Amino acid sequence: MSVNTLFFFLFGAAGIGFALAVITRRNPVASALWMIGYFLALAGLYLTLQASLIAVMQVLIYAGAIMVLVIFVIMLLNLGNPEQLRERFNPRVGLASALGALLVLQFLVFLLSRPTGYTAPSPKASEIGSPENLGQVLFTDYLFPFEAVSLLLLAAVVGAVVLAKRKLEP
Amino acid sequence: MSTLPLEAYLLLSATLFTIGVVGVLTRRNAIIILMSIEIMLNAVNLSLVAFSAYLGNAEGQLLVFFVMAVAAAEAAVGLAIILALFRNQQTVYVDEVNILRW
Repeated sequence: MSVNTLFFFLFGAAGIGFALAVITRRNPVASALWMIGYFLALAGLYLTLQASLIAVMQVLIYAGAIMVLVIFVIMLLNLGNPEQLRERFNPRVGLASALGALLVLQFLVFLLSRPTGYTAPSPKASEIGSPENLGQVLFTDYLFPFEAVSLLLLAAVVGAVVLAKRKLEP
Repeated sequence: MSTLPLEAYLLLSATLFTIGVVGVLTRRNAIIILMSIEIMLNAVNLSLVAFSAYLGNAEGQLLVFFVMAVAAAEAAVGLAIILALFRNQQTVYVDEVNILRW
């Protein structure tokens, strides 16, 4: 078993475990902390695919910026004592989990019955995931989408400020 | 030395995505629903990076950049909506907010 395979199973199991912890914890702060572990596990999986720049971005943007924002909002909301956080039992939970397991089973059967034929990463994988190559493609072929994303971020900033304002005055 | 086939990553990605879907369907807390959406976006990112590495094509990883930008925008606006909701209704439980239901 190669090192890559070992790390795939390690980070894959960690990712699934952390994701399950996120959706089952009652306290949103605990969920948010497990979420950081999930993002770090995904960063490890990106490294097994030799996507080094994506792995760094994952840690910086998700585990760094987005989770700080989420925890900040949880602290701001002051959700009261833990007793009130208890969720009522609902038959939806069992039904949704069963349907989810069925969906994963379908994916498993489908993928095993029709192999994609790609049994190993491309030999150029580490070259493709390098900052040089990604920057080269991003700022030439994908320049217009890149600029469009900057507009999207501007719109999101304006939207967030407007929504979070207490009262809109002319 | 055996290497992993592409299907291993796709199946892991599908499993993580399904966990995110189950989270959205079963939880009532809007913040946890938002985090479940992030779980799903990350699961899709994993398949994009896997396709990119196995097919030897950089465009999958570029798409991941755009998904990350959209996820950051979505988190900022989503959390602002939750703040506005809490200010008006004193709750973040989605089943207690039903003025738009009928």
